[in-house]
Amino acid sequence: MTALPNLPAPNPAPTPAKKSLFAPEQVRNALRSSVTKLNPRSMARNPVMFVVLVGSALTLYLTLANIATGKSWGYEAAITVLLLLTVLFANFAEGLAEARGKAQAASLRAAREDTPARRLIGGTLTGTEETVPSTRLTRGDLIVIEAGEIVAGDGEIIEGLASVDESAITGESAPVIREAGTDHSGVTGGTRVLSDRIVVRVTSQPGESFLDRMIALVEGASRQKTPNELALSILLAALTLIFLLVVATLPLMARFVGVEVNVVTLVALLVCLIPTTIGGLLPAIGIAGMDRALQANVIAKSGKAVEVAGDIDILLLDKTGTITIGDRQATRFAPLPGVTEAELAHAAALSSLSDPTPEGKSIVALAAAQGIKPTAPNNADWIEFSAQTRMSGVDAGEISIRKGAGSAVSRLTTERGGRIPPELQATVDEVSRGGGTPLVVLSGTHILGVVALSDIVKPGMRERFEQLRRMGLRTVMITGDNPLTAEAIAREAGVDGFLAEATPEDKMRMIKEEQAAGKLVAMMGDGTNDAPALAQADVGLAMQSGTQAAKEAANMIDLDSDPTKLIEVVEIGKGLLMTRGALTTFSIANDVAKYFAILPALFAAQLPVLAPLNVMRLNSPESAILSAVIFNALVIPALIPIALRGVRYTPGSADALLTRNLLVYGLGGIVIPFIGIKLIDLLLGVIGV
Amino acid sequence: MDIFLTYALAFALALPLGILIARLFSAPASRFTSGLLRLTGVDATRPMNWRQYGAALLGTNVLIGVAAFLLYSLQGGLPLNPDGIPNLRWDTALHTAASFITNTNQQHYSGQNSLSYLSQLVGITALQFITPAVGMAALFAVLRGLRGETNVGNYFLDVTRAIGLLIPASFVLALLLTSQGVPSTFSGAKTATLIEAQTVEGQAVTTQTIPVGPVAAMVAIKQLGTNGGGWYGPNSAVPLENPTPLSNLFQSVSIILFPVALVCAAGLFLRRRRFGVALIAVMSVMSAALTLGAVLSERQPNAALSGLAAASGNMEGKEVRFGTDATALWGAITTQTSNGSVNGMLDSFNPLGGLVPQLGMFLNDVYGGIGVGLINMLVFVILTVFIAGLMVGRTPELFGRKIETREIKIASLVILLQPLLVLGFTAATVALPSITANSNPGFHGLSQVLYEYNSAYANNGSGFEGLGDNTPWWNVTCAVVLILARFLPILGPLAIAGYLAQKKAAPETSGTLRVDTPVFAGMLLSVMLLLQLLNFAPALVLGPVAEQLTLSSPVNTGATK
Repeated sequence: MTALPNLPAPNPAPTPAKKSLFAPEQVRNALRSSVTKLNPRSMARNPVMFVVLVGSALTLYLTLANIATGKSWGYEAAITVLLLLTVLFANFAEGLAEARGKAQAASLRAAREDTPARRLIGGTLTGTEETVPSTRLTRGDLIVIEAGEIVAGDGEIIEGLASVDESAITGESAPVIREAGTDHSGVTGGTRVLSDRIVVRVTSQPGESFLDRMIALVEGASRQKTPNELALSILLAALTLIFLLVVATLPLMARFVGVEVNVVTLVALLVCLIPTTIGGLLPAIGIAGMDRALQANVIAKSGKAVEVAGDIDILLLDKTGTITIGDRQATRFAPLPGVTEAELAHAAALSSLSDPTPEGKSIVALAAAQGIKPTAPNNADWIEFSAQTRMSGVDAGEISIRKGAGSAVSRLTTERGGRIPPELQATVDEVSRGGGTPLVVLSGTHILGVVALSDIVKPGMRERFEQLRRMGLRTVMITGDNPLTAEAIAREAGVDGFLAEATPEDKMRMIKEEQAAGKLVAMMGDGTNDAPALAQADVGLAMQSGTQAAKEAANMIDLDSDPTKLIEVVEIGKGLLMTRGALTTFSIANDVAKYFAILPALFAAQLPVLAPLNVMRLNSPESAILSAVIFNALVIPALIPIALRGVRYTPGSADALLTRNLLVYGLGGIVIPFIGIKLIDLLLGVIGV
Repeated sequence: MDIFLTYALAFALALPLGILIARLFSAPASRFTSGLLRLTGVDATRPMNWRQYGAALLGTNVLIGVAAFLLYSLQGGLPLNPDGIPNLRWDTALHTAASFITNTNQQHYSGQNSLSYLSQLVGITALQFITPAVGMAALFAVLRGLRGETNVGNYFLDVTRAIGLLIPASFVLALLLTSQGVPSTFSGAKTATLIEAQTVEGQAVTTQTIPVGPVAAMVAIKQLGTNGGGWYGPNSAVPLENPTPLSNLFQSVSIILFPVALVCAAGLFLRRRRFGVALIAVMSVMSAALTLGAVLSERQPNAALSGLAAASGNMEGKEVRFGTDATALWGAITTQTSNGSVNGMLDSFNPLGGLVPQLGMFLNDVYGGIGVGLINMLVFVILTVFIAGLMVGRTPELFGRKIETREIKIASLVILLQPLLVLGFTAATVALPSITANSNPGFHGLSQVLYEYNSAYANNGSGFEGLGDNTPWWNVTCAVVLILARFLPILGPLAIAGYLAQKKAAPETSGTLRVDTPVFAGMLLSVMLLLQLLNFAPALVLGPVAEQLTLSSPVNTGATK
C-alpha cells in the first residue's frame, strides 16, 4: 500500500444547520404537490388513501344530490371536505418529505451547476483544451483542473496529485490529498482543487451522478417500494379490505333490525377505521429515511439499502480513523541492554527533527518531555520515509541514524556488518503486545532499542461499542497490524473481534462466513480491491474519496469519508423501521376510540337503547362522527414531524425498545383519540355545530 | 370452585400429556406404525416438504369427504340399515360431509333417526378420530417448518400417530364415564313404563323407549377430539350422556385437555418452553375473561323474571344438576375450543352470556380446536411479530427468519377470510329473507344467523338453535364456510412455515425481538382482540348488545325475545 499523506483526522460529522421541518419554500412545494398527487393514477399506488379518495367522491355525489333535491346538505358537505382534507394531508406529508430531500440534494449539487470545465478534445491526455459548461460533460471525458478551480464533475484522477478542498460537500475544512492510481483517486463535482494540476476522467453522465440518482429516488417517478414497505402495504391493504367488508355488510344487518343507516356516515366510519394514519404517512417515512441519510452526508443508492442498515448484525470497522485517531504517538522508549534510555531518546529525536509526520513529531515531543532536546547538525541529510525502504532517518558526518520497521532495520544492520542483538525480538514483541507499533532505532551498526508508537483509541469508542453490543451488533476491527498489536488494541477499544494483517481477500472471506451463518454485515471501504467485499456486504459504504470501482460496488456513499459513519447509518435504518412500526401501532390502536365514537352515533336515532355505549358522552350523533373524522384527518399533519424526523433510536435491548414504543404509541394510540375526539366534540359544541 | 377445579385438573393433565405428545412426534416412526402404514402402501419414512404435506392432507380429506357424501346420499340402499332410513337430501349430505371432515360436527339433519348405522359408524365416528388427528398432524408440520426444517414430516405417519394417541385416551375417558352411569352397551333400546301416563295428540302413552348404545365411547371422542357431536340430540344436557356432576367435570376437563396439551407440546417441540408458556398465558387470559363473563352473566336472573322475589340465576335451558356456573363454564370452554358440545342451551343464555360463546368463536384460538387453534394463533404471532419487530428497529423476523412480503400476503389472506365469510354470509342471509328461514326476527334473529356462520367458521358446531337450518341455502353456504375455514387456515400457515424454513436463520441477539416475554404476550393479545373482535363489533352491537340493552331497559322489557 502506498504511503499516504496524512489525511486530516476526521472530525465528527459536520452538523448541518438544523433546518426547521417546515421551511417556507418546502412547504409551498409540498402544498403544490399535495394537489397534483390527487391524480388517481398516483393515488392508486396507495390503496388506503385511494379508498378515502373514492369515499370523498361518493359523499360529494350525495351532497350534490341532496342540494339538487333540496334536502339538508351541510353535514354531507362537511364530511366531503374533511375526507378530501385527509387525502391532501397525506399527500402533503409525502410532498414535504420529497421537498426536503430535493432541497438537501440541491444544496449539495448547487456548487457544480454551470461550472466551466476544461475538456481535453479527443479524450486523450495529449488533446488540446476546450471550455464547456459542466452540464455537457459525458462519461469518459477528460478534464483538466488546476489549483483554484472547481471540479466540474464526479470522476477519477488519472494523472497527477492534488490537495482538494471538499468543504462544499462535506463541511470539512481541512484539505485532503487525492492522487491518481491510489485508493484515493476519486473527486467530486463541486469541490475545489487547492494545489497542483490533475486530469480527471469523468465517470458520470449528466443527470446520472450518484446525487442525481438519489434525487430521482426521492422523487416519485423512480421510487420503488422497499421490501418491508411493500409487505406493510399489503397488510394495510388487507386491513382496508376487512373494514370495507365490515362497513359494507353493516347496512344489510341494520336493515334487518329495522335501522336505516346514513351512507355518508358509513363512509365516515370506513375512513376512520382503515389505517389512514400509517397509510398516509408511509411514503413520507420511507423518503424521510433517505433524507436523513442525506443529512448525514450519505448518498443511499436505494431505499432498500437504508432499510437493510437497520438489520445489520456485524460491523466491520477499519481501525485507523474509526477506532483509533488516525496518527500513532510515541509513548515509550525501550532501550536494549547496554543502552540508556537517554541515548535511545536522543538518537530517535535527532533522526525525527525534520520528520513532518505526526509520528516523528511525537517522538521529538516525547524526548523533550524527558529533557532531551537535540539540535540539528548543520550538514544533515534527511532521509524521508518511503514505502520501499520503510525507514527514515538522518545522515550527518559519521552520524547515521535510521528508524523504521523491525525487519527493514534488521536487514540494513546486517548489510552494514552489524549484529542483531538477541534481545531485540523480545522487546519488539513486548511493545506489540502492549498494542504499540515497534519502531527500531539503529545508530551506525548498533541497534539502540525500540520506540513504541501507540494507537490512541478515540475517546468514547468503548462506550459506543458497548451500546452497539446492547443493540445486538457485533463490531469487528479490521487492521493491517500484526495479531499481537491488533489484539491489544481490540481489547483496549472493547470491540468484539478483530481481523489482523487483513487483506481484501480476508475481508471478503469473513463477510461470506458471517453471511453463511445468517448474519447481515456492513463494511466501509475505499480501495478498488475493497470493491468485491463492498458488493458482497449487505451494506457497503464507500468513501467519497475512494475509487470509482469502490463507489460503484457499494450501495451507499459517504461524502465525508468518515469511517464512523457506518454506525450512524445503522441508526438511521433502525429509526426508519421503528417509525413504521410505531405509527402502524398508533394507527390501529386509534380504532378503539373511533368505534366508541361512531357506532353509537350510527344507530342513535333509531335505537335509543344503545345510548349507554356513548361512553364519551358526545354531544350529538353528527358531532360525534364529525369529531372522529376531524381527529382522523388532523392526526396525519400532527404526526408529520415524527414521520420526517423518525422515532428516535436509543441504543438498548429490543425488549426495552418494544416496551417504550408500546407504551408511547400503543397505549397512547388507544388513549389519545378518546381525549382528542372529546375535545373536538366540545369545541364543535361551542361553535354550535 | 368447580371452575377452578376444571382448569387445575386440565392443566395438571395437559403437561404430562404435552410431554408425551412432543416425544411422540419427535421420535422416528415405530416399527409397529410404519408396518401398519406399509400395509396400506404408504412409506412412513418418506419425508415431505410443505407442498407435498399440504397436498397429501388436502387430497386425503377430499377423498374422505367425497366418500362420506356418497355414503350419506346412498345410505338407504347400503347395508347396516335395519330401520330403512332413507338417503339424505343432496344438500344435507353435502353439509354433513363438510361438517364432519372439518372436525365441526355442525348438524343440520335432525338427530339419530336420519343416519343409518353404517353412516353413524363410518361417516361420523371414524371421522371423529381422523379429523382431530389431521389437525394435530398439521400443527406439527407447521412447527417443524418453524424449527427450520424444510421437510415438515410425513403426513400419513403423523395422522397415524395422532390416532394412536386419541384411541387410548378415549378409552380411559369412556371407562370413567361408564363408572358414572353413561350407557356403554351394544344391546337394544330399553323400554320403561311411565309413572304417569300422558296423552299425546289424543293417544295415551304409557311407555317410553330409551335408546342406549356405546354412548360412553362416543362421548369420550366427542370431547377429547374437540368434535362436539353427541349421541343424543340435546348432547351432554341429556342425563344419559352426562349423568352426574362428576361426569360433567370429566367432560369439561377433556374439552380443553388436548388443546392445552398441544400448546405445551409445541413449546417443547420448538425447544422454546418460554414461548409455549407465553402462548398458554395469552390463551388462558382470554379463556378466564370469557368464562368469568359467562358465569357472571348467567348468575343474573333471566330478564323475564326480573323483579320477582324468587329470581336467582338464569336457569332457563339449564340442567338443575349442573346449575348456572357449570353450564356457563361449559358454554364458554366449548366455544373457546372448537368443540361445540353443550350441557345446556346457549340460546337461552342471557344476551351478554350468549355473547361469550360468540366471542370465543370469533377469536377461534382461545386454546382452539385440536392443532388448528394453535395454528390460528401462530398467524397472529406472525402479524404481531411483523409490527413489533419493526418497533425494535429491525425488519421483522420470527425465530431468526425474516417475515417478508410473501408471508404477509398469506397471513393477510387468512385473516381476511373470517370477516369475508362470516359477515358476508350473515349480511346476505338477512338481506335475502325469501331464502332464509329465521324463526326469530330482530336482534335475537340476527344473533342466531351470525352465530350459525360464526360456529361454522370456527369449525365449532354448536348451534344457537331455533334456526330452521336444514334448507339448501343454509346447507350449501355453511358447507362453503366450513371447508374454506378449515383448510385455508391450515394450508396458509403451513405455507408460511415452509417458506420460513427455506430462509437462513439469523442468530438471536439482544437486538432481536423476543417472543417469549410478557410484553410480547400482551401485544399479541391486543393485536388479536383488535384485529378479530373489532371487526365484529358492529354486528355484535346490533345483535346481542342491543338485545341486552333492550331487555335491561325498563321501557322495553321483553320486547323482542
